[in-house]
Order: sequence, then structure tokens, then C-alpha cells
Amino acid sequence: MKQSVFLGTLAAATLFAGVAMAQGTSTLDTVKARGELNCGVNTGLVGFAAPDASGNWQGFDVAVCKAVAAAIFGDASKVVYIPTTSSDRFEQLTSGKIDFLVRNTTWTFSRDTDLKMDFVGVNYYDGQGFMVRKDLGVSSAKELNGATICIQTGTTTELNLADYFKANNMAYTAVPIETNAEGEQQYLAGACDAYTTDASGLAATRAAFADPDNHIILPEIISKEPLGPAVRHGDSAWGDVIRWTMNALVAAEEFGITSANIDELATSSQNPEVQRLLGSSDNLGAMIGLDVEWAKNAIKASGNYGEIFAATIGESTPIGLARGLNAQWTQGGLLYTPPFR
Amino acid sequence: MAVVTEEPKASFRLGMLIYDTRYRSITIQIVVLMLVMLGAAWLIDNLLRNLDALGRGISFGFLWNRAGYDINQTLVEYTNDSSHARATLVGLLNTLLIAFLGCIAATVVGVIAGVLRLSNNWVIARLMTVYVEIFRNIPLLLWILMVYTVFTEALPAPNAFRGENPAASMVLFDTVAFTNRYTAVPWLVFDNSMGWLSLGPIWLNLDLALIVAALVGGFLINRTILRRATRIQEATGLRPTTWWQSILALFGPIILVFLFLGTHLDNPSLQGFNFTGGLQVSNSLVALWLALTLYTAAFIAEIVRAGINAISRGQSEAAFALGLRPGRTMNLIILPQALRVIIPPLISQYLNLTKNSSLAIAVGYMDLRGTLGGITLNQTGRGLEAMMLLMLIYLIISLLISSAMNVYNNSVKLKER
Repeated sequence: MKQSVFLGTLAAATLFAGVAMAQGTSTLDTVKARGELNCGVNTGLVGFAAPDASGNWQGFDVAVCKAVAAAIFGDASKVVYIPTTSSDRFEQLTSGKIDFLVRNTTWTFSRDTDLKMDFVGVNYYDGQGFMVRKDLGVSSAKELNGATICIQTGTTTELNLADYFKANNMAYTAVPIETNAEGEQQYLAGACDAYTTDASGLAATRAAFADPDNHIILPEIISKEPLGPAVRHGDSAWGDVIRWTMNALVAAEEFGITSANIDELATSSQNPEVQRLLGSSDNLGAMIGLDVEWAKNAIKASGNYGEIFAATIGESTPIGLARGLNAQWTQGGLLYTPPFR
Repeated sequence: MAVVTEEPKASFRLGMLIYDTRYRSITIQIVVLMLVMLGAAWLIDNLLRNLDALGRGISFGFLWNRAGYDINQTLVEYTNDSSHARATLVGLLNTLLIAFLGCIAATVVGVIAGVLRLSNNWVIARLMTVYVEIFRNIPLLLWILMVYTVFTEALPAPNAFRGENPAASMVLFDTVAFTNRYTAVPWLVFDNSMGWLSLGPIWLNLDLALIVAALVGGFLINRTILRRATRIQEATGLRPTTWWQSILALFGPIILVFLFLGTHLDNPSLQGFNFTGGLQVSNSLVALWLALTLYTAAFIAEIVRAGINAISRGQSEAAFALGLRPGRTMNLIILPQALRVIIPPLISQYLNLTKNSSLAIAVGYMDLRGTLGGITLNQTGRGLEAMMLLMLIYLIISLLISSAMNVYNNSVKLKER
């Protein structure tokens, strides 16, 4: 009896401590005090977030984590990568287990409002597509009537798929799967005719196949999928840190600041906005609770937006994605950052 | 030694609650109970406060919103315009289907394996030992995945049935096709279908209702015939011939119903990407059913063996002495007595099977966990509500199974007079 009472007390005390932690004030203060950034990423999607052969996380989303860590600590390595599945990612965020979520997550109305998250921007403009085997003889998603389609559960793609087939008066059978790896296996075994997810994800998945040339991604993009990082609702100061770190990466590309010339530009540039961005004049960092060189450190972590894109998912990588909508506004894309002043 | 017959009542002091052995245990129990309740209250209060702080109070309103997703196996009418509550019902029926099929098959396989394990035939007894030990000592999830993977990888895709020289062909006079997605079998089609009867939120399939009524009616008529025959036999010593009456009673009504509904068989045929027509039994259902059955049957086999071993050897020896053959000894003497030992642990196996069916999500079978606890939860983000509802439903299912089995247990247990 005594022992069980003791254990009960201990358990209660532990719970109390856990809750007390979760109710901390600003996430930025918590992160600074912890000395590490808990970044929620994909469990493994080559190009976006996946550990490389030596176990280091690499990818397009991972680069955002690194940039934020560099902006806060001046050190891009102070990140703990926490893999999240499509079904547990929001709980991980709202429960405080991760500081922010950057996991190919589509910015939607209900997620932004009802689920009490704040999307702070878009790091990749995506859309849902279909991948099929070449020998199936299908060249358009409109020809998929009656097909069996593999789809990851718990994603917006599920609803888009239902809407698209309904709008086109077509029937389909869904094969719900939990992870991308399982989807690959089902699709390759022919248990489904088509595999659907965001077009970028399809490209990444196809790149990992033994015979990528035997599979095509159909031209139809059936939805808008603005993928971006999200933070908990109600912590605007923390949201600002992530938002402006991402903006800094985009602005850096616009101004031609690369990881190669950044130190030189920081001292020699005559452009006032570049000076403000890199901290050579004014102190923008103080306004968001960071030091003066926050943006410089963020850009130095893995380069500007264009460099990150080219290194992780660009056309020279196995993923082979074109810039498309993700080009600068000056190049006909959608990337357009508000001014740094 | 003097016997104290009456306590002096006035002498009760508060300290006695701790120091008097008569009260101490009660005091401790009350204090612990209060602590437990306080702890629970504190946890719940804390949860509600935190949810409130996040601006996410508990609400079940999401159940009436449009679900928006499709389900690949629906026993009742469902489209993506239906509500989340409807999707939950579809999932619940899928859970009940797999639980029902699984319990029946596991009982049959388990009883056979348990009896055979006690067989005098060395090879058969050892084979059953190997079966039981292999299946119950490997996690169920692995079995489910393994069976599903074998289906997916070993069977041909529907595409292989196409063309002049197909790589795969249908079996049983071109009526059944085994593919790596589903098994397509012929199925009944009613030309004069009576449609659905709407009863508020539930729709009743009139065809199905009519068939069930015919089956039950036939069974009841047959029972009356047999009782009458027994009565005559007891009165006169002669049993009237009943076999043709039984056949007529059992099969007559159902054949009439089928004729009335204009029933014919619809054969599956390959059209477009998939087979259409007939019935498609998805591999996820079969894989889950097979794995759950074989896994649970291994446990049931052990329960059956224990039950049979519990019957003393004298019973079977006495039966042999009366000239009963081993088969009849088992059916008439051993099993009826063994059932008393077997039923209670069997109930827990049924409960286990039903709860284990929630592993269905691993193979994409859309049961309760897949609809309410999966897609609905993800799309609405109402994790706590969905999980509480899920737990409540599983609890109710389990209690229902348990109470139904307890009724049966009461009917077979030893009646002491």
C-alpha cells in the first residue's frame, strides 16, 4: 500500500512537472533557454527531409530548420529533428513537443483556424498529381475512371481526390496507406494503378525507384497545395521569427546574396536594404528578439532560397523539380517578400 | 479470557481511525480512494483548462459535418457527401464484420486444432503443436502484414488478365479471379430489388431483410416439424418420415424469395482498370481475417486442449467401456463437460480478437480505427473527442460480446441441484 501511494504521488508529481513545462511563455524564450530547436519534419521524404547515408538530416524542409536555428543561435547545427507522420504532426505541434512544423504541410483554412495553428508562409507552392506506370497507357488523369488509387491517409490529398473524381463524374477505389514507403511498395506491386500525392512528393518518390523512367507523372495538377511551416496559434512573436527567416532567404536570392558572397556584401554593399538585411546598418534583429546578424547567419546556414532549392530538389538532383511557381516574382514565379525596413 | 460483548460507545476517539485495527483498513481505503479521485479530477481539470487555453474546448459537432472522403468498403450506403457520423457507422460495421467472421473461423479452427493436438496420431499431434507455438509466439501485426504482403506480391494484378495470351486467368469456369487487390466472385443480383426503407438515420435493405426473414422462418418451421416428429415418436414409438418436409421448410421459402426478387448470378469481368460486376472481396479484409483467425485460433486451441485435459480420464474410459467409439465419446461425453472449462477463457479470446481488429489500418482496411480514429480524426483535428468516442464504442462492443457469451456460459455451466 505504502509503495503504491508513493508511486502514485511520484506519477502525479511527474505529470505536474510536465504540464508546467508545457505552459511556458514565449516559444522563442523557451527555445533560447533550451539551447536547441525542436523541428518537426517528415519521417523520410528524399529531397525534403531525410537522413543521408551518415545519418545527417538533409533536404529542403530541413534547410528551413537550419536557417531558423542559425538565426537564433548563430549555429545551424543546434537542431533536434523530430520525425512526424501525417497523422500525428498537429498533435506534436499543439502539445509543444516540437517548436514548429515544417513537413510538406498544406496551408488550409481549417488548419489555420480550427486546429489553432498559424501558417507563417509558403516555402513550396505545390499541387496534387498522379503517378502511373508508363505501360498502363494513360496520359491524362481524366482517363483514370475505375482505377485503384493508393493514397496516404490523413492528408488533404484524400479530400482533393474525392472532389476531383466527383467533379469529373468518375469512380475510383482508394487504397489507404499509412506511410510513403508502404505506398511505394503497394504501387510497385501493382496493387494500385496510380499513386497520388503532392507533385513534389511524387517526383521525390519516383527518384528513389529502381526504374524511374518506367513511371510518368500525369500533367493534371488537381489542387493548390501551398506547403509551409506552421507554429502554434497565439504566439505571434515566434511566428515572426520563422516568417522573417524564410523571407530573408527569399530576399537574399532576389538581391543576389549567396553563401559565397555574403561576407563580402555585408561590408561592401551600397544597397540600403541589403545593409539592413545583413545587419550592417540598423538593427532589425532586435525588433524580433534576435541579434543583429540573424539574417546573415540564416542565409549562411545553407545559402539563399535558390541555392537551397538547387541543392535539394532542383533539376540537377535526382528529384528534378523545375522552379515553376517557386521562382522569384521577377522570374514569373510567386516568391515575393515584403520589404525589410 | 474474557469476551468483550459490547463496545463502550462513548469512548470513540478520532485517533482510533488510525490506531484501532478495526477502523484502520477502512480509513486507509477511504483516504486512498479520495486521493485517486482527486488525482483523476485534477488530471481532467488540467486537460480541460489546457484545451480551453488553446481555445479548443471539447465538442462533438464535427460528427455532423460533411466527411468528404471515400471509403473502399461500405456495407451501408455512403458517399463522400455523408457526415462523419455516417463514416463512423460504416467503420463500425466493418469492424463488426471482421470481428464476426474472425470469431467464427477462429472457433472452428481452434477447436479442431485443440482436439487434434491431443490426437493419438503422433504426426498430427506434433503438427498442431508446431502450428500453435508458431502462431501464438509471433506478434499479430507481423502476421497481418505478412499475409497481406504475400497477397500483394504473389497474386497477379488485374492487368495480367488482359489480352490474347493473359499471364493469369480466372478459375472455376471463368467466374472467380484472384488478383493482388481483391478476389472477384460472382454475386447475386436482384432484378426486382425492393430497395431501401428509410428509418430516420438508418436505412434498411429490404432485399436482405426478406432473405433473413425467409431463412429464419424456414428454420422455425423445420423446428416445429422436428418437435412434432419427436412428440409422435414418444407417444407411439414410431418416428414419422420428415426429411422431405425439412428440406421443403428449410429451402422452400428462400427459393421463393429468390424467385420473387428475380435473382441471377452476376459474373465479374475485366473492364478498364479493374474487374466490374460480381462481388469484390478486398485482400485487406481476407488478409486481416486470415491472420486474426490463425492467431486467435492458436490460443483457442490451447484453451480447448486444457478443457479436454480437465475432464478426468475415467470419463472416457467409462464411455469406451459402454462401447462408444472415440468420435462419439468426444462429442457426447468429453466436449459437453469440457465446454464448462472452455467458455470463460474463450470469451476473452473473442474480446481480444475484436480489439485486435483495430490493427486493420496496417493493411488499409477501413474499420472504426481507420474511419473515426484515422481519417476523420486527421481531417477534423478533433483527436481527443475521436479517441474518447472510439474507446467508448470499443468498450460497448466488448461488453455486449461479453454479456452475450455469459448468457451462453450460464446455459452450459454445471447446474447444481
